[in-house]
Amino acid sequence: MRILTVRNLHHRYADGTQALNGVDFHLDSGECVALLGANGSGKTTFVLHLNGLLETAPEQGSVEVCGVPVKRDTVEQVRAKIGLVFQDSDEQLFMPTVLEDVAFGPANLGLSPEAAAARAKEMLERVGMTGALRKAPYHLSAGEKRRVAIAGVLAMAPEILVLDEPTTFLDPPGQRDLASLLAGLPQAKILVTHDVEFARALATRAVFFERGRVAGEGSVDEIIRRFDWAVGFRQLK
Amino acid sequence: MHHLDVEGWSQGASPLHRRDARSKLAALAAFLIAVSTTPIHISPTHGDAARIPAAYLGYAALLIFAAAASHVPLAGLARRAALVLPFSATLALLTWWSGDGARALAIAEKSFLSGCAALLLIATTPLAQLLAALERLHIPRMLILVTQFVYRYLFVISEQAQHMRLAALSRASSGAPAARRFQAAAGALSVLFARSWERADGIYRAMLARGFSGRFAASVRPHFHMADYGFLAVSVAAPIAIRLAA
Repeated sequence: MRILTVRNLHHRYADGTQALNGVDFHLDSGECVALLGANGSGKTTFVLHLNGLLETAPEQGSVEVCGVPVKRDTVEQVRAKIGLVFQDSDEQLFMPTVLEDVAFGPANLGLSPEAAAARAKEMLERVGMTGALRKAPYHLSAGEKRRVAIAGVLAMAPEILVLDEPTTFLDPPGQRDLASLLAGLPQAKILVTHDVEFARALATRAVFFERGRVAGEGSVDEIIRRFDWAVGFRQLK
Repeated sequence: MHHLDVEGWSQGASPLHRRDARSKLAALAAFLIAVSTTPIHISPTHGDAARIPAAYLGYAALLIFAAAASHVPLAGLARRAALVLPFSATLALLTWWSGDGARALAIAEKSFLSGCAALLLIATTPLAQLLAALERLHIPRMLILVTQFVYRYLFVISEQAQHMRLAALSRASSGAPAARRFQAAAGALSVLFARSWERADGIYRAMLARGFSGRFAASVRPHFHMADYGFLAVSVAAPIAIRLAA
């Protein structure tokens, strides 16, 4: 079932930078799509539009999340359906304790303090962080912070998860743990990443961004070959 | 970082932590009014020589008792409350120069005791509860929002400043002239402002992404229990009694 449709999306920043130049994209339930592309190719602007997080509306085009068009008066509805996990977990974890932070989203959805805390505990259990309920988020390791950030988003019961550079700051075991956690989640996922191994492990499809538009689409391996997107340090030796 | 320590203390589970935030706010208000209106006595035998009147010792005893009951470290509390002294000491110094030694001493004592009391409230009440109590007491919402954001971003800015300080130290030259160092510090301050702005913007976006609509939902539902009424009566009566006896 189609749960996200983006048509001809254009975005120009106030300084004149044309970040998106006619993006068409779709996502079906249960899918995991990797967004690949160079820095500045428009990936982050694209995902911010999915959640209605940019102050200015798109120049042109439309975004529809689970049948709801993203507009000023629908953003709250949309944000409950699409959960965004930011690249820098320190920006995402702003409450004094882990439990309060994860309960922040459900409380905003109108749940009572008790119900929000119960849901937060359930999500922290799902990501294996029940031991950190009363800890301050800034005292956790990078991998733990990422898990708590994901729990905070899952607590809003979204249908789509968007993860911006999820492996940044994580050591190899942390990346492995994260991949296995994500693989077990039923939500449709969009992974914005430079980490091709991570994309290979999880994504069922890859989309390549170039100069604010979708330049190619296919399996992760196809896209890596077509756009020469492997790291390949060996040739330096 | 000071605010992290205080935030850690506020997560305690002592009887004082369990009291409703509104009763603690009322106790603080009574304490501040009593301290600030305590008259300044000039001893006929000592003139205006430095001495601490019994009333201030009484107020201090109340704070020591409350700090002990809430397991908040007294020395740490006093050290952090001393941050108010540079501001009040300036005023006290001017008063001292104008020949009113007793008043100068009273200014320093009153501001320090008030600082300790306010800090004790913050150290025994999680911010969300404190702000929910303020909202229930009909404090203007804009003021509450500003307080929330200032508090949230405090750690962001101090963390950024620490990173920049380490980066500067790693490239520091001890022989650089003072003017050059001053110039570097001024530059660092402007970069700190810009970076803090960007970071705060990122945090705000993350809050919006999780449904924030301009109001922090309380993480606990406030209930006024019998113990809160008892605490309210005692904590308001005690400073007033000391004030009346002064």
